[in-house]
Amino acid sequence: MKKAETIAMEHKRLTLFAGHYGSGKTNIAVNYAVRLAEEGKKVCIADLDIVNPYFRTKDSEKELSAHGIDLISSRYANTNVDLPAIPAESYRLVQDRSIFGVVDIGGDDRGAYALGRFADAIKAEGDYRMAFVINRHRPLTSTVEDTLEIMKEIETACGIQFTCIVNNSNIGFETTRETVLDSVAYAEAVSLATGLPIWLHTVEQSISGELSELPILPLTLQKKYFDLPQ
Amino acid sequence: MAERILMKGNEAIAEAAIRAGCRHYFGYPITPQTEIAAYMAKKMPKIGGVFLQAESEIASINMVYGASAAGLRVMTSSSSPGISLKAEGLSYIAGSDIPALVVNVQRGGPGLGGIQPSQSDYFQATKGGGHGDYRMIVLAPASVQEMASLTIKGFDLADKYSMTTMILADGTIGQMMEPITFEDAEPTVYEKPWALTGTECKRKHNVVNSLYLKPDELEKKNFERFEKYAEIEKNEAMWEEYMMEDAEICVVAFGITSRIAKNAVAEARKAGIKVGLIRPITLWPFPTEVLRAAADKVKAFISVELSMGQMIEDVKLATESKKPVTLCNRAGGMIPTPDEVLSAIQKAEKGEF
Repeated sequence: MKKAETIAMEHKRLTLFAGHYGSGKTNIAVNYAVRLAEEGKKVCIADLDIVNPYFRTKDSEKELSAHGIDLISSRYANTNVDLPAIPAESYRLVQDRSIFGVVDIGGDDRGAYALGRFADAIKAEGDYRMAFVINRHRPLTSTVEDTLEIMKEIETACGIQFTCIVNNSNIGFETTRETVLDSVAYAEAVSLATGLPIWLHTVEQSISGELSELPILPLTLQKKYFDLPQ
Repeated sequence: MAERILMKGNEAIAEAAIRAGCRHYFGYPITPQTEIAAYMAKKMPKIGGVFLQAESEIASINMVYGASAAGLRVMTSSSSPGISLKAEGLSYIAGSDIPALVVNVQRGGPGLGGIQPSQSDYFQATKGGGHGDYRMIVLAPASVQEMASLTIKGFDLADKYSMTTMILADGTIGQMMEPITFEDAEPTVYEKPWALTGTECKRKHNVVNSLYLKPDELEKKNFERFEKYAEIEKNEAMWEEYMMEDAEICVVAFGITSRIAKNAVAEARKAGIKVGLIRPITLWPFPTEVLRAAADKVKAFISVELSMGQMIEDVKLATESKKPVTLCNRAGGMIPTPDEVLSAIQKAEKGEF
């Protein structure tokens, strides 16, 4: 299996992942944080998701800690407390400029409100990348028009404009090389309509090796207890 | 083949309802089913439908009652505590013999409980919940694809028998994502001559009501209703069998636990244990016959549940307790691992009950 060496990445101090819920933000944020750590950076990942009750950054706690990555997560994540809380430690992201921060923002405009608190500080520092995660196989972002609607709602809610696109078009475990290649035209159309460059295409690592023609961030995905026997 | 799309279980319910011709959704947000309402809020205005967030669960079920009485395909959705609030309306809808689709994406209880997945509303769904003698058809999806297909089937069954169908899911199936396909099929339309559509002074007016002033009339209504229920018990039971051909141990599990149980069964088979799974897809009517037949072949049953043991009572009834039935369970939002189910299978294999 060919691994992560597909592209040399230029990193910003802060990388923010936002998008429609279910677009893959959390997986991408975790994998990107690991990539930064593997490059020797001091990394802190923050779960600013105030929307999702399940499947949070905290699920990857062990892996993150194995890579020496600090996790900032609501103490209520994965508990029975249904409280949209932002952890106080989140201020480290904007105050401690010695760290590389990766931020997982909750889905849609509702989730993006949480980022608004930090928007002014992030923009004042100016060393950030705000990535719009898209998946054309999600029902509410299957057309360019619908995708732009979600994008504008998120930007309005958090007060930060996107700076690039991450194409995470996939159909779960059925994703193939063709799924990704077929989605490039959609990603390019979103890029054209928004004027934003495509920063990355993300794909599960078992097929990332077959896609050397694209800027790829390979993803390691967690096995879930409810996956069916193969 | 139709296009594969990646959906959350909750979204699949909402999209399937729209494709089934539902244009009226009344609800009130509660975790872990809020995506159903969110999806409806986004989609309904674009297709000329109605999304209405009511002031409470009680209001929303009564809006369903009203819209259904007018002959419309209508639904509501909630999670456990919210379904308790809807119980009064469910009973009234049953007493009025009109269709409705109600979704329960279960979370831990009792009381406010918690937001993590659970199956502890099995009794509430299959034995009542509201007052009076009534049944609901209860469908238990075990995949995102089934969240969609059983929603469409649920609307059809509700209209066919003029009663409530409940989709009994749980938080995990509501939140998890899988690729699914929607078939391009036109929704089935059922005649509803009883509906309150306006007489235009051309016919006698219809009445939708659950109040009967004379006890003999109310009794007659109850007997008639139970004849209909007997018909459903005879015709509508659905289940899946997995590795049951030569099984000596039978695991019974529905919804999310059936997926965990399948992994355990597959593991146990590798170790040479003859074990299979019966997954009820309809919880009411319960697939009694297949379990009764299995009781003559296997030496033990294991009921795997996210509750303190509710379906196990129906397993014992269906099998007439001919063989031991053990419980493998977690509660309160905790989930058994395939290994926990596997060790229950190993125990049953050794005859430890």
